[in-house]
Amino acid sequence: MASKLLLSQLRNITRPTHHRLINPNFIFPLKNQTLIHSRPYSDAPQPPPVGSKPPPTNADSAPTHKKISSSLNQAELAKFSAIAETWWDAEGPFKPLHVMNPTRLAFIRSTLCRHFGKDPYSAKPFEGLKFVDVGCGGGILSEPLARMGATVTGIDAVEKNINIARLHADLDPGTSSIEYLCTTAETLVEEQRKFDAVLALEVIEHVAEPAEFCKSLSALTVSGGANVISTINRSMRAYATAIVVAEYLLHWLPKGTHEWSSFLTPEELVLILQRASISVQEMAGFVYNPLTGKWSLSDDISVNFIAYGTKNIE
Amino acid sequence: MNRAIVRRITPNIRTWRSTLKTFCSDTSEKLHGSDGDKAVTDSTDNVPQYDVAIVGGGMVGMALACSLASMPLTKHLNVAIIDSNPALLARDNIKKEDAPDPRVSTVTPATISFFKGMGAWQYVQLHRHAFFDRMQVWDYTGLGYTRYSARDVDKAVLGCVVENKVLQRSLLSCMEDSDVKKKIYPSRLNSMTLHKSSLLSGTDSISSEPSGSLAKLNLSDGDCLYAKLVVGADGSKSHVRKLAGISTTGWKYPQNAIICTVEHTEDNRCAWQRFLRTGPIALLPMGDNYSNIVWTMGPQQAADRRSMNEADFLKAVNDALDDGHGPHPQSERIGDGGILAWLRSDETSSASEHFEVPPRITKLASDRMVFPLSLMHANNYVSKRVVLIGDAAHTVHPLAGQGVNLGFGDANSLSRVIAEGVAVGSDIGEMALLKRYESERKAANIAMMAILDGFQKAYSIDFGPLNVLRAAAFHGVNYISPLKKNIISYASGEQRLPLFT
Repeated sequence: MASKLLLSQLRNITRPTHHRLINPNFIFPLKNQTLIHSRPYSDAPQPPPVGSKPPPTNADSAPTHKKISSSLNQAELAKFSAIAETWWDAEGPFKPLHVMNPTRLAFIRSTLCRHFGKDPYSAKPFEGLKFVDVGCGGGILSEPLARMGATVTGIDAVEKNINIARLHADLDPGTSSIEYLCTTAETLVEEQRKFDAVLALEVIEHVAEPAEFCKSLSALTVSGGANVISTINRSMRAYATAIVVAEYLLHWLPKGTHEWSSFLTPEELVLILQRASISVQEMAGFVYNPLTGKWSLSDDISVNFIAYGTKNIE
Repeated sequence: MNRAIVRRITPNIRTWRSTLKTFCSDTSEKLHGSDGDKAVTDSTDNVPQYDVAIVGGGMVGMALACSLASMPLTKHLNVAIIDSNPALLARDNIKKEDAPDPRVSTVTPATISFFKGMGAWQYVQLHRHAFFDRMQVWDYTGLGYTRYSARDVDKAVLGCVVENKVLQRSLLSCMEDSDVKKKIYPSRLNSMTLHKSSLLSGTDSISSEPSGSLAKLNLSDGDCLYAKLVVGADGSKSHVRKLAGISTTGWKYPQNAIICTVEHTEDNRCAWQRFLRTGPIALLPMGDNYSNIVWTMGPQQAADRRSMNEADFLKAVNDALDDGHGPHPQSERIGDGGILAWLRSDETSSASEHFEVPPRITKLASDRMVFPLSLMHANNYVSKRVVLIGDAAHTVHPLAGQGVNLGFGDANSLSRVIAEGVAVGSDIGEMALLKRYESERKAANIAMMAILDGFQKAYSIDFGPLNVLRAAAFHGVNYISPLKKNIISYASGEQRLPLFT
């Protein structure tokens, strides 16, 4: 991948050497950087989310660690079922995510098979591994991972999503073992849970404090485990495509889904992961071909990109 | 009086037991017909669940099952094959001394490599099969002919003629030798329902419906099973297609085909096809001095030819192949000098071959069978959790021997798409995956069907100027090498679309 050059350059910058004149800490003073952290708390209307943002009002409907299924009555089930169809309706408002999903999974399968030393031609390569899908939404990523053999825990701070995800996962015996929890990464860290791989796709651009979020992700990973994070680059091209075209022209996403100022550049992501003891090994971009309507993996990380990193061995 | 009561009770018990058998959703009765019980009874109510249910165990259905069994990504899938043909469960082998069955197929090199990839071709080689490396096509006007040779495209063979039962048996043996989980259900499909999730209806908790969105198939002998994907490989009158509500486009040809096996004195390694006024007659080599005849003509004539005695029939066949109905074409070559000399530099070897007369038929070696011909194309190949392959999706005229090869192409494509789906953990019955199969195959199938239909129409009209045009086409194809090579590659299945590949 072309971004390997970028990564090696970044590593050269960030590796602590005493011969450097410029202290890297002054280049990206993340803690005091106002540009990234000046994002407002949930001013934008909450769309059926691509990721999750902890909304202050929604936390009281059910205790966070309890399984959702037993406390619902028929009226609620009916309401959730109606919404469940849209989340999982491949032609509905979540169509871009459904179309992009196999491409993301191809990257995840290839990197994680290599990381864990599994046979890439096996039908269930992740058998016996524990994964957590942070910000799982309706479970679009969790279900394929479960079908690939992983023991998946899906967490989302929005309870509606967890209900939808649980309803859909129960339809297929292969995915009904997914554990869905309405909680946050920080809470899981407090419970001292550890996973072989932590995945947070299209989440970090909706989080208030990305550096703290990455530290939580890192704390959830076992030593030597894997992390996969995907997000959108903070570039002019990304503004043009992911916000102007996708939200305003093509109406792929509800307006206000993304805030350009909360996007992260690949360099920033690598650095904050570095601080959280995760070394980024590979990065790839997703490119959409409007003629064929297909997404594909590429070296072009200027709009959507995905990063695979490993937790440093302690 | 006790005897009267007993007599009345016993029929009731019998009917009660038979209703128990058909009411298969919530009894724990053992399903009959389970040999070795390789099914996965995963659900709470003992109805077996399969990943793929292939309805129709003919050549194309078995090819799909075999292909899934041969790929590491899909080896673990549970496959159920539903076909009431007793030959599938029969263990008797095809003997060498059996008379050659008239139902044969010409498999193209692309299909041969598909079979080799699955490991099934070695089983075909144990039985009678005949490669041919030459082909000659001409018509009754005697104005032109075309000869094709495998050497034109630097290959060894143009195709292979194999009996249908040999292909089916080979695929079955290949599957049995692999350790894939499969079960053959010897019955017919009665009905199929898409099991919707019953969240709104019942008062049960959510987790009591593990097979929420699977397809449920009810078979004619009372069995039922769930499947994530239902494959309709049950032929041109596909029941699965009807149940899925997929409409078709097409028309019947005003022709029937009469097929039989014949014997001749000389060895034959060439495929012959002559277009007569009523339809083409083809002579396909089967090895051991046998050949297969596929003769297309009007329905009334077909009935007559079928019922006439053997001697008359053989005379009719020899006339049709030789110089009845019209003269032999002259073996011409484009002039040695002059305008067209530049064409000769790139000439294929078959362009220099002279016209040959097909071998004389001496004996009829099998019964004569008659089949109606039609063109049919399903408007959609996929529907929710249902996909069609083979003749269930399309039927064509046999004039180019492409029908089953299109079906094998479908099976190849579908098994690859399923493997890609399994690799990224998709539900194999979801529409996005199935639509990828459809977009791959629809274009290729429609192109081939259009071309074959065009040929059929072009050769069914006896009109002076059109005859001359056809003769020009024969000459053109014979002498213009790029065109001939393109045609051979396309008919061999090496390229998917006739142009631009």
